[in-house]
Amino acid sequence: MYVAVKGGERAIDNAHAWLAEERRGDTDIAELSIAQIREQLALAVNRVMAEGSLYDPDLAALAIKQARGDLIEAVFLIRAYRTTLPRFGASHPVDTGAMDCDRRISATFKDLPGGQILGPTFDYTHRLLDFALAAEGLEVPEAPQGVPSDAPVPHVTDFLAREDLIQGEPDGLATPRDLTREPLDFPADRPLRLQALTRGDEGFVLSMAYSTQRGYGRNHPFVGELRIGTVPVEMDIPELGFSIELGEVVLTECETVNQFTGSKSEPPQFTRGYGLVFGQTERKAISMALVDRALRWEELGEDNVGAPAQDAEFVLYHSDNVQATGFLEHIKLPHYVDFQSELELIRRLRAEALAATRQEAAE
Amino acid sequence: MSDYNFAYLDEQTKRMIRRAILKGVAVPGYQVPFASREMPMPYGWGTGGVQVTAACLTPEDRLKVIDQGADDTTNAVSIRKFFEKTAEVAVTERTGEATIIQTRHRIPEEALTEDQILVYQVPIPEPLRFLEPSEVETRKMHALEDYGLMHVKLYEDISRHGEIATAYAYPVKVEGRYVMDPSPIPKFDNPKLESAALQLFGAGREQRIYAVPPFTQVVSLDFDDHPFDPSKAPHPCALCGAEDSYLDEVITDDAGSRMFVCSDTDFCASRREAAA
Repeated sequence: MYVAVKGGERAIDNAHAWLAEERRGDTDIAELSIAQIREQLALAVNRVMAEGSLYDPDLAALAIKQARGDLIEAVFLIRAYRTTLPRFGASHPVDTGAMDCDRRISATFKDLPGGQILGPTFDYTHRLLDFALAAEGLEVPEAPQGVPSDAPVPHVTDFLAREDLIQGEPDGLATPRDLTREPLDFPADRPLRLQALTRGDEGFVLSMAYSTQRGYGRNHPFVGELRIGTVPVEMDIPELGFSIELGEVVLTECETVNQFTGSKSEPPQFTRGYGLVFGQTERKAISMALVDRALRWEELGEDNVGAPAQDAEFVLYHSDNVQATGFLEHIKLPHYVDFQSELELIRRLRAEALAATRQEAAE
Repeated sequence: MSDYNFAYLDEQTKRMIRRAILKGVAVPGYQVPFASREMPMPYGWGTGGVQVTAACLTPEDRLKVIDQGADDTTNAVSIRKFFEKTAEVAVTERTGEATIIQTRHRIPEEALTEDQILVYQVPIPEPLRFLEPSEVETRKMHALEDYGLMHVKLYEDISRHGEIATAYAYPVKVEGRYVMDPSPIPKFDNPKLESAALQLFGAGREQRIYAVPPFTQVVSLDFDDHPFDPSKAPHPCALCGAEDSYLDEVITDDAGSRMFVCSDTDFCASRREAAA
């Protein structure tokens, strides 16, 4: 005998209670603190801040804890919180040229003003599991310290721009459209595309960038410069009549120097790709610069070779992992009604087809 | 829930959504872009419908939420709880008592009235999307009223299967102008799109709102020699005996036994109460 499916509410409550228990795991093991996540899983925190579009390491750490380490779920928690926050103004553009760099490398010049600074990088580590880390309470050997240089660290592309070897970027005077406050609209200009890329899923942006390297819209990128460090954020306070520093953020910036363009009227010039992402997130920043460059085919007068990374609609509509995850996972929701209508249709079509075959056989 | 505004969204956002709704009502069937917000539930799970409902709700409203025609499916329960918590509005499972009904995949069997708003959750608002993936192109096609591609698709269905092989999300033309996706309701529900109630469609992830105002003409696309047929399973409801309602098929054992019951749980329960 069929009993109507009731009890959705109780099932949900029970599922959430079980989830809370599973999130905590074995209670004989010490609970993770927000500070531990923030300090020891900093790159996960950075990714959540970048894709969540909210610079707050403590909240990002909380989201990671609540999401049981599922970073896309954590990004979603941050986004849902962020959207409720009031907007009381906009900061001045940050000056990345004056960045206090922890890391700054150029792949285009052997040495340059400001120098090459490796910083805390996985590069050149041998990827051998360090079983010593499995034992807790090890002393961390102190890293050797040098005297920080006060010398300015100018952008590499500025050197090229001085000789007009790289295409210039005129100052954008207009206030860029805000992706989070206006519906996405095409054609999407570069500020809008960059907004979408910087909060786009790291895996998606990485794969798009990689596809350009393998020939789907190749644009010959050199990492002109990659820099990671802190910049101050300033904002005008109307009541005061001057700007004040609100705090500092860590940013990763990547400028690529790409294949040159030129024509009869314009002598050849290198072109640029740009990536700027919250936190230490260099894989994402480099990927972003490559995809940015691929999306610029039209303004740089290149051919559209039909590569996915050149298709702004394709890239921008599919880069957001919160949107993608939600829509992908919604197919878990009941679809009895639609499925029923398809069942009836297919039964009818089959009955008609079989009847026709029988008719033919009889004739 | 004093931390959040009435019905969760801030008033500025609601105003932005109401403007989109008004534009949608003024141009029936036209997809109005709106700056969809991130909601505390996933995209694809009704965020568009939830935002439209939030923008329409007043403290005096009585809300009904259904998914697959039923009030107690898990996502319907979740959305109803959300508004009970954030708007403290009265809720009901009775179609006739509700002032706003948010739905996914069904139109209630009971005819709606002029005092009601039906809010649909929409996954893909663009009826031409699976024929043309580019949004730039489909917007152009709507602007030029260029629906040839859709007619070709329907024609190809007929030549391949002998009938139009679309069972749900069956495209309609609204007031003789825009071709519209009625959301994934079974085509059985299409005739009910001509209604006394205001019908609002919210697609959160795709950032679109559209509307069918009361008493607007809504025509399911067809051909003169292949007229639209709102088919249903050829059975009465096993619980209430209704012959004219949309039915869910429920498998009752592993030997092929099944029964057919109303998908609209309130409709079915009301009929059984009346009979008792």
